[in-house]
Amino acid sequence: MNGTLAGWLQIIALVGALALTYRPLGDYMARILNPGKHLAVERGIYKLGGVDAEADQRWPVYLRSVLAFSVVSVLFLYAFQRLQNHLLLAIGMKAVAPATAFNTAASFVTNTNWQSYSGETTMGHLVQMAGLAVQNFVSAAVGIAVVAALIRGFTRKRTDRIGNFWVDLTRIVVRLLVPMAFVFAIILVATGAIQNFHGIHDISTIVGDKQSITGGPVASQEAIKELGTNGGGFYNANSAHPFENPTGFSNLIEIYLLLAISFSLPRTFGRMVGDNRQGYAILAVMGLIWAASVALITVNELHSVSSSAGHAAGGMLEGKEQRFGVWASALFAASTTLTSTGAVNSFHDSFSPGGGGLTIFNMMLGEIAPGGTGSGLYGILVLAIITVFVAGLMVGRTPEYLGKKLTGREMKFASLYILATPAVVLIGSGLAMSLKGERANMLNSGPHGFSEVLYAFTSAANNNGSAFAGITVTSNWWNTALGLAMLLGRFLPMIFVLALAGSLARQQPVPITTGTLPTHRPQFVGLLTAVVLIVVGLTYFPALALGPLAEGLH
Amino acid sequence: MSRTVPAAIRNHLAALRILLLLTVITGIIYPLAVTGVAQAAFSHKANGSLVKDNGHVVGSSLIGQSFDLMKNGKDTGHPDPKFFQPRFSAGGYDPTASGASNLGPNNPDLIKSIKDRKAAIAAFDGVNPKDVPADAVTASGSGLDPDISRAYADEQVDRVAKARGLDPAAVAKLVAQNTHSRSLGFLGERYVNVVQLNLALTKTA
Repeated sequence: MNGTLAGWLQIIALVGALALTYRPLGDYMARILNPGKHLAVERGIYKLGGVDAEADQRWPVYLRSVLAFSVVSVLFLYAFQRLQNHLLLAIGMKAVAPATAFNTAASFVTNTNWQSYSGETTMGHLVQMAGLAVQNFVSAAVGIAVVAALIRGFTRKRTDRIGNFWVDLTRIVVRLLVPMAFVFAIILVATGAIQNFHGIHDISTIVGDKQSITGGPVASQEAIKELGTNGGGFYNANSAHPFENPTGFSNLIEIYLLLAISFSLPRTFGRMVGDNRQGYAILAVMGLIWAASVALITVNELHSVSSSAGHAAGGMLEGKEQRFGVWASALFAASTTLTSTGAVNSFHDSFSPGGGGLTIFNMMLGEIAPGGTGSGLYGILVLAIITVFVAGLMVGRTPEYLGKKLTGREMKFASLYILATPAVVLIGSGLAMSLKGERANMLNSGPHGFSEVLYAFTSAANNNGSAFAGITVTSNWWNTALGLAMLLGRFLPMIFVLALAGSLARQQPVPITTGTLPTHRPQFVGLLTAVVLIVVGLTYFPALALGPLAEGLH
Repeated sequence: MSRTVPAAIRNHLAALRILLLLTVITGIIYPLAVTGVAQAAFSHKANGSLVKDNGHVVGSSLIGQSFDLMKNGKDTGHPDPKFFQPRFSAGGYDPTASGASNLGPNNPDLIKSIKDRKAAIAAFDGVNPKDVPADAVTASGSGLDPDISRAYADEQVDRVAKARGLDPAAVAKLVAQNTHSRSLGFLGERYVNVVQLNLALTKTA
């Protein structure tokens, strides 16, 4: 079979798998998020945790619960890393340094999974599985919980209640993430991913050299790392590492996992608002952007002559694994940067100027096609609100979405949401470039060096976590600055989303008239796609021009 | 105000308790359950697909290793002509330093390395520089890639056969036996596993 045909079949198989699970997975998530009986284990958690599972929360209470859970998580994870040398299964690892521990705690709690450390030489097995991997579960669940609250804002009327955070969180972990992760972790082991508790042990190689083979509970972490759109690798090489991602088949499984929940959530949305067509419209926008990105990155990477290194080598294989090749690497790169995953099976720093630039652009889209678990859907719903508003201005009518009027109050929250993350990215990149010492942390020089800095802040603030990994980000300044960028990029938007949810829930729905803009037709899909591209283009064009665009024209 | 402070603390204590309970489920029970099933059903793979020679573990078929000439137990830094050579590794095939070069696509150092590698490999294998495949002159993503392209393996057959005094046809046969087609026929790329191939080679001669 030739490479092009195989490459196409790979994409078709992925799309087929996602299409098959869209309805069942989306419907299942809607059932979890709607009221219903508690399972015995959930009742146990509510009782021991001392939370009232029957209370319906107002938006400030919901928000306080999210923030309390996240603050406690950051502190717990920080302490865990600082004390790991005193705990079990440390396999000889020392206490993690304070700035790195803060950065990592912020990173995993915010679903970013930026890694300023190298897994195999920093983290013991216990921190990996009972610290980092736990946040892989719960940070993913927090994102889904917040979008559930936003959807309730649309479906409920004349109430100030938007659900119960503790119930949403617990149900998503217990009923969705743990069972799915378990099944796929076993499948990954069957392909060759490791799952043991061995430490680092030395062996003598075939030619008689020494090599240190590593161990660890890798597959269990790998499954939730992709499923929860987290992306923090057990090892420094992330999903390029053969123990994390051993074959072409495991690679496809991992891409499927990082897309599955986010691509199915529009179905959950359609279900909950009682009109599946609304879900399909959102899905169409996500799918269009994803397909375009996969195509563009693949074409760029196949065209080796677009860069000097690719031309010299005769192919874009620097930073890529032989068992994956260009097609499977490009597919992974597009999917991981369009979700907030940030896992990598190949290193974007060495991608062609066009391919690497597109991975940055993908993150700048705000992780909405399909985005992180939950965060992708609430991101695109905010953009849908902007779109309805813009369309309403054009025809001079009060805009409404799903029966809820978009007044000044709603638009303020939506606008703040849109502004928050770019502000963090651009101010952060500007600061880093203006400081001589921090600027010197770039590995490559010229426009590519600036791209490394821009990539770092874009990745952190959008909670992606992948990197143009040449840049050295282990200094206190970088660890602290990027840690703050992650926290602001995660929680500022969440505050605005929950405020928006509260504001929408209070309204009495308005009846649909002939003047209402239909939000399930191709016209709206086109409008929303255009708004997404225009908002991002206007915000980031100058920064992109200094980095990847300059490099591509070089 | 006197009532709000305890309420905030109560909220955070509840959050901590929920976090600890979820840690037990997702951080202890879940990985242990996966480990239990993995060790029972796929113990060879779960333990790292280790490969043995005369009963001694000599590596993992998933983790590439260096096939440099050894002198007095030390790596000379020169490739051993008796073995098939793997790809370049940014971390010297050290599993405790996995990762890529991260050099940009127009980085002058990278371009120079690629050109130097191409010339050296062409001379080593006795082929035309323009026939050296891309995987041979680029560093992998993990720095632990155990695989090379079939084209790069084919290129090395004559050199290996000559260095070992073997019939090239016999070496070519080993290459064919250690060639893996794409997973399920269409996922990823076709590759030759260098660790398995070289191990098979040592058992032949």
